Amino acid sequence: MWSLGPVGFLSPWLLAGLVLLPVLWLILRAVPPAPLRRRFPGVALLLGLDDRESQSDRTPWWLLLLRILAVAAAIIGFAGPVLNPSERAAPGSGPLLILADATWADARDWPARAARIEALLGEARRAGRPAALVALTDPPPETRFDPAEAVLASLPGVAPRPWQPDPAALADWAETLEGRFETVWLSDGLARGSRDTLLTVLETHGPVRVIQTPRRIAALRPPQLDGTAIALEAVRTPSGGAESVTVAAHGLDPAGIERRLAAATLDFAPGNAVARADLSLPPELRNRVTRFEIDGARSAAAVALTDDALRRREIGLVESRESRESTELMSPLHYLRVALEPQADLVSGDLPALIPANPDVIVLADAGSLPPAEAEALQAWVEDGGLLLRFAGPRLAASDAGRDGDDPLMPVRLRAGGRSVGGSMSWGEPKTIAPFAADSPFHGLAVPDDVTVRAQVVAQPGPDLAARVIAQLSDGTPLVTRKPLGDGQVVLMHVTANAEWSSLPLSGLFVSMLERLAISARADADAGADLAGTTWQPVEVMDAEGRLTGTDTRAAVAGEDLAKGDLGSELPPGLYEGEAGRYALNVTRADTTLAPARWPARIAVEGLDRPAERPLGGLLLALAVALMAIDAVASLLVGGRLRGLRAASVVLALLLAPVPPAEAQEGTAPATPPVNTPPSGSAAAEPPMDPQAEDFAQAATGSVVLGHILSGDPAVDDIARAGLEGLGRTLWQRTSVEPAAPMAVDPETDELAFFPLLYWPITATTPIPSGAAYDKLNAYLRGGGMIVFDTRDAGIAGLGTTTPEGRRLQAIARPLDVPPLSPVPEDHVLTRTFYLLQDFPGRHQGRDVWVEAAPDEEPTPGMPFRNLNDNVTPVVIGGNDWASAWAMDEIGMPLYPVGRGMAGERQREMAYRFGVNLVMHVLTGNYKSDQVHVPALLERLGQ
Amino acid sequence: MSASPATTTAPLGLRGRAEDLASPLPPLLAEAEQLAQTVLMGEHGRRRAGAGSNFWQYRAAQPYDTARAIDWRRSGRADQAFVQEKEWQIAQSVALWVDDGASMGFASTPKLPPKSDRARLIALAIAVVLTRGGERVGLADARLPPRRGRGQLSRLAQLLSQDTAEDHGAPEAKGLAPQSRAVLVSDFLGPVEPVETMLTAAADRGVRGALLQVLDPAEEAFPYDGRTIFESMSGALRHETLKAGDLRDRYLQRLAERRDRLADLARATGWQFSTHRTSDSAASALLWLYAALERR
Repeated sequence: MWSLGPVGFLSPWLLAGLVLLPVLWLILRAVPPAPLRRRFPGVALLLGLDDRESQSDRTPWWLLLLRILAVAAAIIGFAGPVLNPSERAAPGSGPLLILADATWADARDWPARAARIEALLGEARRAGRPAALVALTDPPPETRFDPAEAVLASLPGVAPRPWQPDPAALADWAETLEGRFETVWLSDGLARGSRDTLLTVLETHGPVRVIQTPRRIAALRPPQLDGTAIALEAVRTPSGGAESVTVAAHGLDPAGIERRLAAATLDFAPGNAVARADLSLPPELRNRVTRFEIDGARSAAAVALTDDALRRREIGLVESRESRESTELMSPLHYLRVALEPQADLVSGDLPALIPANPDVIVLADAGSLPPAEAEALQAWVEDGGLLLRFAGPRLAASDAGRDGDDPLMPVRLRAGGRSVGGSMSWGEPKTIAPFAADSPFHGLAVPDDVTVRAQVVAQPGPDLAARVIAQLSDGTPLVTRKPLGDGQVVLMHVTANAEWSSLPLSGLFVSMLERLAISARADADAGADLAGTTWQPVEVMDAEGRLTGTDTRAAVAGEDLAKGDLGSELPPGLYEGEAGRYALNVTRADTTLAPARWPARIAVEGLDRPAERPLGGLLLALAVALMAIDAVASLLVGGRLRGLRAASVVLALLLAPVPPAEAQEGTAPATPPVNTPPSGSAAAEPPMDPQAEDFAQAATGSVVLGHILSGDPAVDDIARAGLEGLGRTLWQRTSVEPAAPMAVDPETDELAFFPLLYWPITATTPIPSGAAYDKLNAYLRGGGMIVFDTRDAGIAGLGTTTPEGRRLQAIARPLDVPPLSPVPEDHVLTRTFYLLQDFPGRHQGRDVWVEAAPDEEPTPGMPFRNLNDNVTPVVIGGNDWASAWAMDEIGMPLYPVGRGMAGERQREMAYRFGVNLVMHVLTGNYKSDQVHVPALLERLGQ
Repeated sequence: MSASPATTTAPLGLRGRAEDLASPLPPLLAEAEQLAQTVLMGEHGRRRAGAGSNFWQYRAAQPYDTARAIDWRRSGRADQAFVQEKEWQIAQSVALWVDDGASMGFASTPKLPPKSDRARLIALAIAVVLTRGGERVGLADARLPPRRGRGQLSRLAQLLSQDTAEDHGAPEAKGLAPQSRAVLVSDFLGPVEPVETMLTAAADRGVRGALLQVLDPAEEAFPYDGRTIFESMSGALRHETLKAGDLRDRYLQRLAERRDRLADLARATGWQFSTHRTSDSAASALLWLYAALERR
C-alpha cells in the first residue's frame, strides 16, 4: 500500500490517469454546445439582430472545471483511497487476561468496551494466545485460560452490574491466579480502594496495561425531602469547569402512563463536585414521582428511586357518628375532601376503625369530647407519631373539652362559648388573618384580604399559649394552635371546616395550609432501627443502565442488610416491599462521592478509542456521479434547453428555505413549577401568538369586516372581493353599517370568529377543507356566524338536476352542522330587515334561496308575519352570483353587466338591497321580526 | 409549432364554438354613422320616422295618408284620425379579415391553442353577434360579399378555415363597401406595409373598424436562452444566435415599436387597435371588439 499522509491507496498506479486531465480540458474546451432549432413566428423581428458577445460557442470555464473535477474524483476513487490505514501492533505472547470493571459507570459506553474487548480477543486469536475474560463485579471462582475463540463466544454474557466490586471477593479471586500472563485492565475510571491491592497482585504475574478514557461521570444522590421542596444532589468527577445537568422526575400520569413530570437543572460551580437544587412540586405531582434521573446519563447511579419518603399521605377523616341528613355543602368534611383529594389518600370511617389503619393524619371536624377508650387509643396513636388535626364548631364550643384542664387531645384550653364578631347581633367587623410568623409552618403563604372570620372558639390565656399559636387573627386571637404530643402533634383550627364561621375554607389559603400540615405529618423515622428484624421482598430491580425490571423470583432480604446497603448480586439496587411499605435501595447514598482513578506512573494507560480505518473510494465515486449529474443540468442550462429552470430554482429555494423550528410545549414550560400552581394545566403555558395571526386579528376586528372564503380560483376570488367591496360601499352610503375593506379568509389557517358574514363562492374545483378547518367552520356557525354559499350557477340545480358546483357544494357542506333548510318563506325576516324584498337576485334571477327552516307554526290571523324562531340563519344557499352583481371598481362603477338595460340596473339595485338586508340580518338578528309586537306594546303603553 | 387538430379547424366545430362564445352577448347594434348613402334597410334605429318594424310615434293623419295607414285603434279614442309611424331602421355591413398565414399556426405549448384557432374563433364569434343584431357580415377580400342569415355564417366558417402556406397573409380592401365597418385579426408580425396600404385605402372610403393583434405569450416574453436557430413557421426565414437570452430586450423593443406603429396608424385612420394573448380568455377579446364596433 502506498500512502499519502493519513490516506493510503490500494491501487496507486491508477492515479497516473490524472495526467490525462489537461488533455481532456483542451478537448472539451474545443467542443461548443450544439445549437437548438426552434420555430418562432416573430423571426421577422429578429432579423438583423447581432449577438453582442460571442462567448457561448465555447463551453464556459466553470462547466469545464466541473467535468474535470468529476473525472478526477472518479480516477482517485477507483485508486482505492483508505483513511487511517491500520498499522498492526506487534503482538505480545503468552496468556492474556482481560479485566473489566463492569460497574454501573461502564454502562454508558459498554458497547465500545465490548468492541475493544473483541478487538483484543481477535488479536489474541490471530496470535494463538490463550485468554481469559473476568468482570470484577462478578469474579469467577477460578480463572482458566481458554483459546481466544471460546472466550470470544462468552463475551455477550459479560455485562456491567449496578454495583461496585466487592474488595473481599476480589482478594479471594486474586488468590486463585497462578502462572505468568499479560493483563489488560479496562477501567471504569473511578477511584476505589481495591484497585491498588489487585494491581500489586497482577504485577507479580506479568505486565499490566490499563485502558481508560478520561470522561465525566455523574451520579444522583437519593432525593431528600426538605420542608416542602425535594432536595436533589448530584456528584461528579472530575470536578472541572462550570456545568449543569438536568434531573427529570418520572412517574405515572393520571392515565397511568409513565412520563416525565418535571425537571430541575443542577449547576455545578467550577471546581465543585457537588451540585444541589430544590425542586418544588405540587403535592399531586410529587406523589406521582417514582424516580429521578439525570437526563442523558445511562447509568444506574444516575437514577434515584423514590419510596415512601415522597409518597402520598394517608389522611383519615372521622365521620360524625350521629350523622343527620344535611346538604353536602354544609358538611365540614366536604371542604376537607375537596382540598385534600389531590394530594393525599383519604380514608373515612369512625375512630375505632381508623386508628388501626394507621393513617398519617386524622382529622376530627367539630367533635366534642371523645369516649375514654377512643381518646386513649387516639392519644397513643398521636404519641406514636400521628398528626391529629381538629376543627372547631358548634359542638366543640358547646362541649367542655379542654375547658377545665389540659386535655391531651387539645393544644390549648378553651374558653366557654367562643366569640362571634361582625354578625348581625355583635359589634365590630369580621376579622382577617394576620401574616404568618417566621416560625409558623405556614410561613410564606400569602394571606388573601377577603378571608374573614366571623366566629371562632377562643383559647384560654396561659403561659404556654404564645408558643403554641401558629396562626392568628389580625387582633392577635389564636386561629391555629399546635402542641407536640409524644412523637406526634395535635393541631386545632379554631374555626369550622365549612364556611359557616369563616370564609377560610372557600379560599386557596385553606388548601395550602392543609398541604403544609399534611407534609409536616411525616415522621423522620430512623431507617436502621425501623428495618431491623423485618424481611423485604424485591419488587423491581435495577440494571447497570438504570432500567427497572419487575421481579418476583428473588429471595427476600433481611432488613438489616437493606439498612447496611452493601450492594451485590444478593442485594441488587431496586425497590423492595415489606410490611411497612416500600423501600428504595439506590446505587448512591446520601454521602456518595466520586473521584477519578489514579494509576502509578509505571502503568501504561491508553484510551479506548483509536481512529478507525475508513475506505474513501465510495465517497469519491459518489462525488463523481453527483458532479456528473450537476454537469448534465448545467449543460442543459448553457444550451438554453432548460425551460423550467426558474420553476425548478423556486422549488429548490423553497426546499432549502429554513423551516421555523417548532416550539415544543415542553421546551417552553417552566422547569420548576411553583408550589402553589393549580395542578391541572400548570405546565401548559399560553403559547405566544403568531404575529401574523395577530395582524390578521387586528385587521379583522378593527371594524365590521366582511369576509370571503377562498374558492381556489383566483378570478372568482377577485370577483368575491370586488363584490364585497361594492356591498360595503353600498352599506356605507345607505346604512349606519360602515364596513372596512373585505378580507380573504382561508379556513385552514385563519381565525373565522371575527367575521359577521362569510361569502363563499363555490366552483367545481373548490378544495374541500380539512378536518381542522371543518371544526373551525362548525364553531363559527354555532357561534352565530353566517356563511353565504353561492354556486354562481343561476340556481339551475335542484329537483333532479344538478351542476358541478351544486355537487361540489353538497360535498363541502356534508360535514358542516347545517340545520334543516327551506326556501326563504315569504315572511322571513330576511325580506324586511332593511328593505322590503320578495326575491333575491344577483347577476342571475335564480330560483330559490335556501335558509334555515322555520319551525312549523301556523300564521296568526290578522298578523302579517308568523312569530318565527329567534336566531339568525347560519347559512344562506343560492346560486345567483351575487358578488358579480355587487362588484364595483375603485370609483364605484359596476364591474360586470347585469341583465339588459334599465331592467338590468333594477336587478342590480335589488341585488344591493338583498346584500344590505343580509348584512342587517346578520348584525341585528330578528330585530325586525319583533315589530309584530309593536301594536301590542303600544296598547300596553296606553297610547 | 404544432398543427392545430383537425376538429378545431373544421368549419362545423369552429362555428359551434363561436356560437357558444357569442351566446352571452346581447345582439350587437353597431353604430350606423353617415349611412345616408348606403340605404340598405336593417335594424338600426335612426331615431326618426321612416320605414321599419318598430313603433316610433303617432301623428295626426294628413290628407295624403291613405285610409290603410290610419291606426283605427288609436283614432277610436279621439276625434282625430292618427297614423302610426315606424322608426327608420338601417343595417350596417361589416367586413372581416383573418390572417391565414402559416405564422398563425404557432402555439408555444400544447396547452395553448394556435393563434389561428383563436383568431378565427373571435372573428366568427363577432360575426355571429353581428348577424344576430341584424348586420350583414362578409369577408374583406371579396371572396364573400356581405349578407345576413345563418347560411352566411356557415360559408364564413368554411372560408375562414382555409390556410395558406405563406408565412404572413396580407389584408385586402377589395370587399369593403364605402362607409362600412371592418375587422382585421392577425398577429401583425409580418411586413407592415400591406396593412398600412389597406388601412389608408379603407380610410379613404370612409371605412372604420378594429385591428386585433393575436399573440402567443411566448412571443411577448421571448423565454429563450442559449444557442438557437429561429425559423419561421414555413421555414422561409431563419436567424441564428449564440445567446438567445441576449436578444430578448431588443426583440421586445422591436415588438413594442411594431405595436406603436400599428396604434399610430389606427389612430390616424380612426380605427381601434388592441392586442390579445392566446393565454387569455377569448371572451375578453370579443368584448373589446364589441365595444370597438359600438364606438361612435
